[in-house]
Amino acid sequence: MGETEGKKEEADYKRLQTFPLVKHSDMPEEMRMETMELCVTACEKFSNNNESAAKMIKETMDKKFGSCWHVVIGEGFGFEITHEVKNLLYLFFGGTLAVCVWKCS
Amino acid sequence: MPSKQIRKQSVILTRGARKREEDSGTDVGEGADDWAQSKAAVRPPDQLELTDAELKEEFTRILTANNPHAPQNIVRYSFKERTYKLIGFVNQMAIHFSQVGNLIPKDSDEGRRQHYRDELVAGSQESVKVVTSDTEILEEEEEPKEGEGEGEGEAEGEAEAGSQTDVPAAAETTEKVIEEELMAPVQPKERKLTNQFNFSERASQTFNNPLRDRECQMEPPPRTNFSATANQWEIYDAYVDELEKLEKTKEKEKTKTPVAKKTEKMAMRKLTSMESQSDDITKVTQAAKIVERMVNQNTYDDVAQDFKYYEDAADEYRDQEGTLLPLWKFQNDKAKRLAVTALCWNPKYKDLFAVGHGSYDFMKQSRGMLLLYSMKNPSFPEYMFSSESGIMCLDMHMDHPYLVVVGYYDGNVAIYNLKKPHSQPCFRSTSKSGKHTDPVWQVKWQKDDMDHNLNFFSVSSDGRIVSWTLVKSELVHIDVIKLKDEGSTTEIPEGLQLHTVGCGTAFDFHKEIDYLFLVGTEEGKIYKCSKSYSSQFLDTYDAHNMAVDAVLWNPYHARVFISCSSDWTVKIWDHAIKTPMFIYDLNAAVGDVAWAPYSSTVFAAVTTDGKAHVFDLAVNKYEAICNQPVVAKKKNKITHVQFNPIHPIIIVGDDRGHITCLKLSPNLRKMPKEKKGQEVQKGPAVEIAKLDKLLNLVREVKTKT
Repeated sequence: MGETEGKKEEADYKRLQTFPLVKHSDMPEEMRMETMELCVTACEKFSNNNESAAKMIKETMDKKFGSCWHVVIGEGFGFEITHEVKNLLYLFFGGTLAVCVWKCS
Repeated sequence: MPSKQIRKQSVILTRGARKREEDSGTDVGEGADDWAQSKAAVRPPDQLELTDAELKEEFTRILTANNPHAPQNIVRYSFKERTYKLIGFVNQMAIHFSQVGNLIPKDSDEGRRQHYRDELVAGSQESVKVVTSDTEILEEEEEPKEGEGEGEGEAEGEAEAGSQTDVPAAAETTEKVIEEELMAPVQPKERKLTNQFNFSERASQTFNNPLRDRECQMEPPPRTNFSATANQWEIYDAYVDELEKLEKTKEKEKTKTPVAKKTEKMAMRKLTSMESQSDDITKVTQAAKIVERMVNQNTYDDVAQDFKYYEDAADEYRDQEGTLLPLWKFQNDKAKRLAVTALCWNPKYKDLFAVGHGSYDFMKQSRGMLLLYSMKNPSFPEYMFSSESGIMCLDMHMDHPYLVVVGYYDGNVAIYNLKKPHSQPCFRSTSKSGKHTDPVWQVKWQKDDMDHNLNFFSVSSDGRIVSWTLVKSELVHIDVIKLKDEGSTTEIPEGLQLHTVGCGTAFDFHKEIDYLFLVGTEEGKIYKCSKSYSSQFLDTYDAHNMAVDAVLWNPYHARVFISCSSDWTVKIWDHAIKTPMFIYDLNAAVGDVAWAPYSSTVFAAVTTDGKAHVFDLAVNKYEAICNQPVVAKKKNKITHVQFNPIHPIIIVGDDRGHITCLKLSPNLRKMPKEKKGQEVQKGPAVEIAKLDKLLNLVREVKTKT
């Protein structure tokens, strides 16, 4: 019984957790929304290739907001980065992915 | 062989000579003949005298051009024929003197070309003012020829001849090329005329500006550090937290929606109040208005006291006559020189009245003004509206005292809403929607129609009486009646009937009988009409000799009406009788007449000589009991008069835009005297009886006669 419940919860969780959850960001509102949408499209487009997704995000961000963007996508990682103020977005997506986007020239 | 050679040479020579002749000019021979004819020959003294025979004798001598030093026996071995052969072709030319010339004739092709080129150069490079002498240019020009000569070295006769013929051709081609080049805008190519004699290259170098380095360093964009660890359980926890939060907020919204809305509303209100605070003028208007009224109350305190308490004590000692006490005077700079064309008390606020400004002068029509004054503030109108056309009449709605309908001189009617701050009327007729074609002389609100739409009537000198209904936001018009001048239908000899239109100038609706109304016309006739018959009149009164200025039903007696006209008369009628009951001649055109609201027998009339006349038929049915000039200057014509509905005052307007408020003295509003032990009856019935009594006297007289 407990197991089934757990499974159910798991399913619910997976079904529900498709939205992006911004864990930390110091971007201006407009930029944050745009970056968030970009991350969602990239992760959905390359759902089984994080490298390509990161590349896409980085290139698009470089075009839109100037060069020297860095993107990390993964299911588990730790990091300590130096970023330019107002240019950081750290979000979770799809329940398993963590995406960190920042700018540092 | 030699003889043959000689001949050949001679041929060449002659040909060359001919060529030269051509070059130098063909007209030489003719010119010589002319000269010989004109002048006698000068003979040398030692000239031989010859006989004719001697003269006619021919000597044949041939001048040969053979070089005597030239070898004539050159023999060369011919490999073709394998023998020695005599070479007959020997160079016979001997050059004794040769000099390269640098002159060319000005008129020759070459000279002209050079001149042309020179001009062009001068034109294109005016800054380089090189005044090159002709010789220099000639020198330059000679150069190619020189080269040609040099290249050929010792040219043979034939070669020379060839070169002479060839060069012009070549020159022509080059000329063409040059000309083409000249046509093209690129000039500098022509500069290749320079040569070693007239051209030297010069160069100089300026100092180079010293270079200097300058550096600065910006502060790098601010940076911060950020560190986090992403792994599955952290992500999971974050999502779960988020979900919980979402659910909580949802619950909160469900429970607190009304409250939240309220708070929102409050916030909105606060916001709006904040906004209005920024607009400081609107905020202080109310306060400013109060202060203005206070100031006015102080300045016009004595007038206000008079209005409220002063009763002319002299009336006690006069028999019947009364007086008018001037109170406030209203005028406004913006309405200066605009005649008062309409006056109307507000039915709700008894101190407020509307004034229409325009002009009665056909030649001097200009703008119009609608002003609303309050007796509490005589210095400045409460409301002001200006219009392009003069206002001729106005009326205020009984139930909606903020609605003012006006009629313009241009035939339009419009409704102003005092609640709205616009300076423009909120409804207005247009030329499409049946406006009058002549000035609108009177407008009057009617009871709302069956669909509860507002409606009013208007009369104009175009002969139409129009009912206007305000449906939603549109003015819908219906022609109620068209005035036709029945009596004066003029017969034109051809048998055509010309219907002259009756020009309506005033009308009034019966107080009790809804459909009944009276129309006064410019011809002096008064028609009794019904709303239900649009083609016929119920009755026609030949009332006046000039335009009817006003026609009014008595407020108490349902059968009596009054009319006034520019023919100096005021007449009182019983609508059932075609002749007037009373006639008063006021010795001036009567502008307006008004029944008093407090008595059935009192009315006031104003004349253009600046006088106001107040009648009380119960007191004196032959003369006015008050006859008083009420304007400052005699020139000012009084145009309109109105009784205040409750206070014992009247307002009169003149053609200079002034409105004067006058108080009626006690004699003018005398009620039946109280008798001891008998209660004075009041009410409409008494008033009707009072007037009836008077009318009966007249009726009896009439029937007797």
